[in-house]
Amino acid sequence: MLLIECPWCGERDESEFSYAGEAHIARPLETEKLSDEEWANYLFLRKNTKGLHREQWNHAAGCRRYFNVERNTVSYKISGSYKIGEQGPVGDET
Amino acid sequence: MSQSFRIAHGGRIDRDNQLKFSFNGKTYTGQAGDTLASALLANGIHMVGRSWKYHRPRGILSAGAEEPNAIFQLEKGEKTIPNARATQVELYDDLDASSVNCWPSLDFDLLSINSKVSRMLPAGFYYKTFMWPKSMWMKYEHIIRKASGLGKSPEVNDTDRYEHSHRHCDVLVAGGGVAGLTAALAAGRAGARVILVDEQSEFGGMALSSHDKIDGQPVSEWIQAAVAELQEMPEVMLLPRSTAYGYHDYNFLTINQRLTDHLALHKRKGGREKLWHIRAHQVVLATGAMERPLVHSNNDRPGIMLASAVSTYVNRYAVKPGERAVIFTNNDSAYQTALDLNAAGAQVIAVVDARSQSSSELAKMVRSAGIEVMNSSAVVDTTGGKRLQSVQVMSLSSDGQSVSGQRRTLSCDLLAVSGGWSPVVHLSSQSGAKAVWNEEAAMFIPGKPVQSQASIGSANGTLELKHSLIEAVDAGNAAARACGFESSMKAPQSDAVDSDPIMPLWLVPSDKEKGREPKAFIDLQNDVGSADIELAAREGFHSVEHVKRYTAMGFGTDQGKTGNINGMGILAKTLNQTIAETGTTTYRPNYTPVTFGSMAGQNLGSRLFDPARKTAMHGWHEENSAEFEDVGQWKRPWYYPKAGETIHDAVNRECLATRNSVGILDASTLGKIEVKGKDSAKFLEMMYTNNWMKLPVGMARYGFMLGEDGMVMDDGVTIRLAEDHFYMHTTSGGAAGVMSSMERWLQTEWPEMEVFLTSVTDHWATAAVVGPNSRKVVSAICDGIDFSAEAFPFMASRVGKIGELECRVNRISFSGELAYEVNLPANFGRFMWEKLMEAGSQYDITPYGTETMHVLRAEKGYVIVGQDTDGSVTVDDLGMSWAVSKTKADFLGKRSLSRPDTARKDRKQLVGLLTELPDSVLPEGAQLVNDPGAATPVPMVGHVSSSYYSACCGHSIAMALVKNGRQRMGETVYAPLSDGRVLKATITKPLFYDKEGAKSNV
Repeated sequence: MLLIECPWCGERDESEFSYAGEAHIARPLETEKLSDEEWANYLFLRKNTKGLHREQWNHAAGCRRYFNVERNTVSYKISGSYKIGEQGPVGDET
Repeated sequence: MSQSFRIAHGGRIDRDNQLKFSFNGKTYTGQAGDTLASALLANGIHMVGRSWKYHRPRGILSAGAEEPNAIFQLEKGEKTIPNARATQVELYDDLDASSVNCWPSLDFDLLSINSKVSRMLPAGFYYKTFMWPKSMWMKYEHIIRKASGLGKSPEVNDTDRYEHSHRHCDVLVAGGGVAGLTAALAAGRAGARVILVDEQSEFGGMALSSHDKIDGQPVSEWIQAAVAELQEMPEVMLLPRSTAYGYHDYNFLTINQRLTDHLALHKRKGGREKLWHIRAHQVVLATGAMERPLVHSNNDRPGIMLASAVSTYVNRYAVKPGERAVIFTNNDSAYQTALDLNAAGAQVIAVVDARSQSSSELAKMVRSAGIEVMNSSAVVDTTGGKRLQSVQVMSLSSDGQSVSGQRRTLSCDLLAVSGGWSPVVHLSSQSGAKAVWNEEAAMFIPGKPVQSQASIGSANGTLELKHSLIEAVDAGNAAARACGFESSMKAPQSDAVDSDPIMPLWLVPSDKEKGREPKAFIDLQNDVGSADIELAAREGFHSVEHVKRYTAMGFGTDQGKTGNINGMGILAKTLNQTIAETGTTTYRPNYTPVTFGSMAGQNLGSRLFDPARKTAMHGWHEENSAEFEDVGQWKRPWYYPKAGETIHDAVNRECLATRNSVGILDASTLGKIEVKGKDSAKFLEMMYTNNWMKLPVGMARYGFMLGEDGMVMDDGVTIRLAEDHFYMHTTSGGAAGVMSSMERWLQTEWPEMEVFLTSVTDHWATAAVVGPNSRKVVSAICDGIDFSAEAFPFMASRVGKIGELECRVNRISFSGELAYEVNLPANFGRFMWEKLMEAGSQYDITPYGTETMHVLRAEKGYVIVGQDTDGSVTVDDLGMSWAVSKTKADFLGKRSLSRPDTARKDRKQLVGLLTELPDSVLPEGAQLVNDPGAATPVPMVGHVSSSYYSACCGHSIAMALVKNGRQRMGETVYAPLSDGRVLKATITKPLFYDKEGAKSNV
């Protein structure tokens, strides 16, 4: 079971959280101007990263805040948590 | 008392406390401190079961968690435990045990014929034979299941209580042998918070069976002092009878503590087991090592035991497992067993040693005790039935590949075997450190740790006590230091012991022609022999994981703890590669079996696992004989049958009463979310498909929420309470999902919006009063509201009073009738309900449940999200495009509506269906076809989503999603049913009653 640091509450067991998928997928601003392909890319396509992956988690059984986590999908090692809108861990390409 | 194999002195049993127990219906005695296995051996019982496949007699092999044979069913009924390992069951008074896997009885087993035809039951036999013809497998399986398998599943509910507990600690030490105790002492003395876990009732591990000395004192005294010191430390927690069975990410370990299994049934109180979830800063693994058997012909007879187990029975339990013993070994440790047996008064006939020489101190002591040592020799075969009678010994070549010379028969009733030691690398491997092969020591040892973890002592391949103690102290000190404590304990002292190296021997050669040799077993529990491994390799299974699954080696309750390594050695040799290249199978949790009760803990049933939600009026519904339906976690009244009524009678009555006078529905379960803040309207513009900016205060609007894929996600009516304040209704089942989704958009995408969401579903009780007389009923109890049609129009919301209480009344309708939803704070729900029932009595107000609600809305063609939609349905598919704004720049899912597939004109569309016969009701979910006589596969054109008998229409009605349905009005479709009937139906608009909408417009 992962140990996840909620930026508001601190380290908690994974069972308090729910996973919310890949992070840093901004919703396009003028959706009507997008081609079908561009919209499909936003809607359906995800990276399926092997290695460092930035993802959203929700502290569902805690403060109910969404935040970002950088996690290695091979080792499951979490390099850091950060609030929505903040810079992630420095120096990691994702 | 008989216990005729009990040694007169010594051991750690309580000789003053005799216990009775029964085994296969016969009564025996043992002593407190015995395991069930040691008590059986004290009574001279070796044969305890039949093997899984061939039903060969099997005896107790080990003295611990690795036991493959002595697997029993304990107790009966609600207390029954299948597949208990007798070697780990502490004896208690009146224990009731019986063998598994023998039918009809242990002594007379009908299926032992399998043993005689074993040549016809090779690896993969069941796959190869019974999977053809395919249709027969179900019949074969029934018989095979009876013939094989282990214990019986309980047939009644387990009445025991199980608990979970969560802990953090600095240092978790798994294994309370001498190494674990030493590491715990080092970390504990430094002040670290230590948890020491051990699976046995007493700490000490293998040392409890030895004569070793530490710091000059007998090891048992050293253990006693160490445990006493640890018990005094306030930051140290000792968990005996606790198995660390899972090592997960981030140093998270799961530990099962058995609290009452060692007590007589009538003395058990409180929880049976406690599952500890422990997150540790540092972990020290001191899980010991297990001895492995040697694989020779007929190596499975009762009376053949691991040498270390023999020593344990002699030294710890004061039980003599045999009178005339032969030792067969490839390493030094079994020589100690020869001395132990000798001291206990058993006759040790010979030590058969595969190695050409043995000259250690231990070996010298054996020789000087007058015991014959036969070097360069091997046991090639055995005789006996329900007990070993003799072993046959031959000369073994120095490479271990062949035997020669005459067979020499040694008459004996006990063969103590040692094929060397396997460190218990299970937890280390689970933690991510892949076990590595050590060629010199001929064992897999823990790999480089990937978590904050260290393996010590024999778990690390360090078998000698002196070095084990040094490792333990170093690991304990290092773990404490890693947690910020000063720690510098010195290692306790023990004498060095010299030993000759092990000679790996995975398969003892036979003197018989290849293919004619008797069975030599690797996995005793699954009856896997050496020939099965060789066959699997010949048939092309080269990966050890495939061989495992093809032969079943390493499955079952023991997971191959004793024999797997021999199988890997044989596989490596067959494939002409090294064991390092062959590798091991993956070690996964659980180390030993864990009860379902322990895993479930208190997360049971409707109280904690899946809580039942009940409305404030639930008691009234029960008192008025409502039948209930589950909607999400809610218990909703389904219908209210009167005496003698079927569900159809009741629903027909409820429908007619509501349409003709007035009905009342508990609508409290609808999701309710308050949306507040200056950007609320802007936010709703994004969440819903229609317009919200211009909705007047005090008015409500129906809206659809879409996923970004354009599909309908939820629907409901939202009221504007103030310029910056909305009151949103969601579906009963979708409330939590809608709340999370809205929170996510606000937090992650539009954090600049000032909007606050509050779930108020549980804060309000809601009664929907429905029907032509509803205005009279509601206005009779609500003050301060003008109920006239002009002052209080459809889709308006008003605040009034019921007595002293402020109520909110919404004129919204899910039935097409004049209807009001009356809301009071939940605590007054029943009060409100009873007031309405009283006011409505002169109109014969009729409570109705979800079934009538469904019929009434279907008569009007109103959809239920999740029933008429399934995540692949758009608003246009539902024929409700009027609810989708054409002018808004954006809302969730908007862009998807113009994707080619979503915009397609011939999608499945919601239509109504009228059956040919007015009384035949289509089953919901029925598939529809155009031509039931067409060649298979018949193209399917849609399915029925809602279907009822409508008393108001006098006809069955249905809603369906049909391809291009809106263009097919008046056409015929067919529903072929599983019972052979084909129902014919005509496509109509999904609107069956009051088509002009006159009834709500009053």
